[in-house]
Amino acid sequence: VKICVLVKEVPDAAVEKRINPSTGRLDRGGEKNLNPFDTHAIEAAMQLKEGGAIEVDEVVAVTMGPASAERALRKAVSLGADRAVQLTDDALAGSDVNGTGYALAKVLESESPDLVLLGQQSDDGECYTIGAVVADHLQMPSLTQVIKIDVEDGKLRCERQAEYGYDTVLVELPAVISVGDAINEPRYPSLKAIMGAKKKPLDAKSAADAGIEADRVGYDNARAHCSDFAAPPAKEAGKIIEDEDTGETVEQIVAWLDERKLLA
Amino acid sequence: MSGILVYALHYDGAINKNSLGAVSEGARLASELGTECHAIMVGEGITDDLAGQLGNWGAAKVFRVEGPEGLAQPVVDAMAKVATDNDHDYLLFGGGLLGFEIGAGLAARLDAGVVMEVTEVVAQDGKLVAKRPILKDSQVADVHYRSKVGVIIGRLNAFEAKETGSGTAAVEDVQVEFAPHSLKATMVQRGEQRGADVNIEDADILVAGGRGLGNADGFKALEELAGALGGAVAATRAVVDAGWYPYAAQIGQTGKTVAPKLYLAAGISGAIQHKVGMQSSENIVAINKDSNAPIFEFSDLGVVGDLNKIVPKLTEAVKAKKSG
Repeated sequence: VKICVLVKEVPDAAVEKRINPSTGRLDRGGEKNLNPFDTHAIEAAMQLKEGGAIEVDEVVAVTMGPASAERALRKAVSLGADRAVQLTDDALAGSDVNGTGYALAKVLESESPDLVLLGQQSDDGECYTIGAVVADHLQMPSLTQVIKIDVEDGKLRCERQAEYGYDTVLVELPAVISVGDAINEPRYPSLKAIMGAKKKPLDAKSAADAGIEADRVGYDNARAHCSDFAAPPAKEAGKIIEDEDTGETVEQIVAWLDERKLLA
Repeated sequence: MSGILVYALHYDGAINKNSLGAVSEGARLASELGTECHAIMVGEGITDDLAGQLGNWGAAKVFRVEGPEGLAQPVVDAMAKVATDNDHDYLLFGGGLLGFEIGAGLAARLDAGVVMEVTEVVAQDGKLVAKRPILKDSQVADVHYRSKVGVIIGRLNAFEAKETGSGTAAVEDVQVEFAPHSLKATMVQRGEQRGADVNIEDADILVAGGRGLGNADGFKALEELAGALGGAVAATRAVVDAGWYPYAAQIGQTGKTVAPKLYLAAGISGAIQHKVGMQSSENIVAINKDSNAPIFEFSDLGVVGDLNKIVPKLTEAVKAKKSG
């Protein structure tokens, strides 16, 4: 089978994120990195490949993003993907969930994967939904927040937490599965893998190459627009204690609790 | 007729609390728009009583669809059909995992704008505007829909369930032909409880542990502190998934929502998914070694330090104070 892993370049966790007030969009300047949630999806693909319960011929990392996203894609390859596909086109900038899901689905169509894996969320957009959007376009069964995958008679036996406890769901391939970060501990790439990643094939595609209709992507065609950014209702700043002398710290905590009659 | 269609999740003969909140919110918004709020339920053998009671929360009509439970894609098929046949303009969800999945699937199916983690919805010029916190809740954006249909996915507990309706709603059965891919995921077991029973929803004092505890043994110190304070122990999703503590003690997006008098968070960073389950607590105390942890932004008392050093001493000090 062929596994495609959707990955994304996000601002590094250490970079303060801000909205550009003139465009209403996230300012994507500064250091970038591979979305940490995506490393779990790559690891899940590698474990399926190494586990042997299904024969995995190829793991392909797929991203949509600006030219700079190549770095995140190379990192995904260094974690085990065999090759990479980058959908990059100025026309895609500012796409919302609808446009992004549609565009990714078009790229995936040309790859005809048996399994699409992705992380549970992106570190920047705080959106948990792209897998379900892609799945509907591809007409594949889909499940999000999966924390365990076993192969059973060519199907995936998936576990996840839902509203009422743990659910176990049997999913036929081809399918789109988003994995929770509890599913595994991603490996660190070896130096050899990092060097080797530069030599693996990377296929750059434009929107036209992928057969994407221009009027369905980009900021102007977004189905939802943000405006009027405001600060949330402020909560009064709490008291902060830096623990230097633990005896003293504990005394302060107890006094604080006692004042609020929490030690009655 | 245009209107609002709300998905009502149910399990084991009861409707989900967040869904009831969404129906109440849908009814409020529908009256502002001068239209009706309808609800939809998908499941096996849903009774007239179960579906009809949504009238108490403000649904004018309930569409009932026979189909598989606990999975999103059959509901996408059902809602796409009902919304298209009845010309609904807004599809509303009370949050939770299934709401996210169904809402996203509908966004693709109906080419509808979608906004998730919505904390407030307002009617403006005959349209709905969704307010959504962004960038780790540092700002709130107004989101306007630019599509025929708008999908609104509420944040957990954003919408309060209010019994404002006028009794039983009319129940209309709808036959839905499910898409082939929607039947390719099948539920093997739903709602399995793992680990011991812990009742955290009624506790006045909760001591909660997160990944910062380092390992499952870290919970022993928390149990002692909870014992000294006369409270119970709770946990984040991360540590429950890691098997350090039972699911019944989980707070947050997919766990329980609590509002005790005291919530003491040890080694918890304060991710949004956790925050939504505990932010209404009266007093929030956080112990974390990372001074940049988001939890310090919404705690009343923040202690920056090593919890392994602080918690045992705090337990002793609480015991001494109480016995003195």
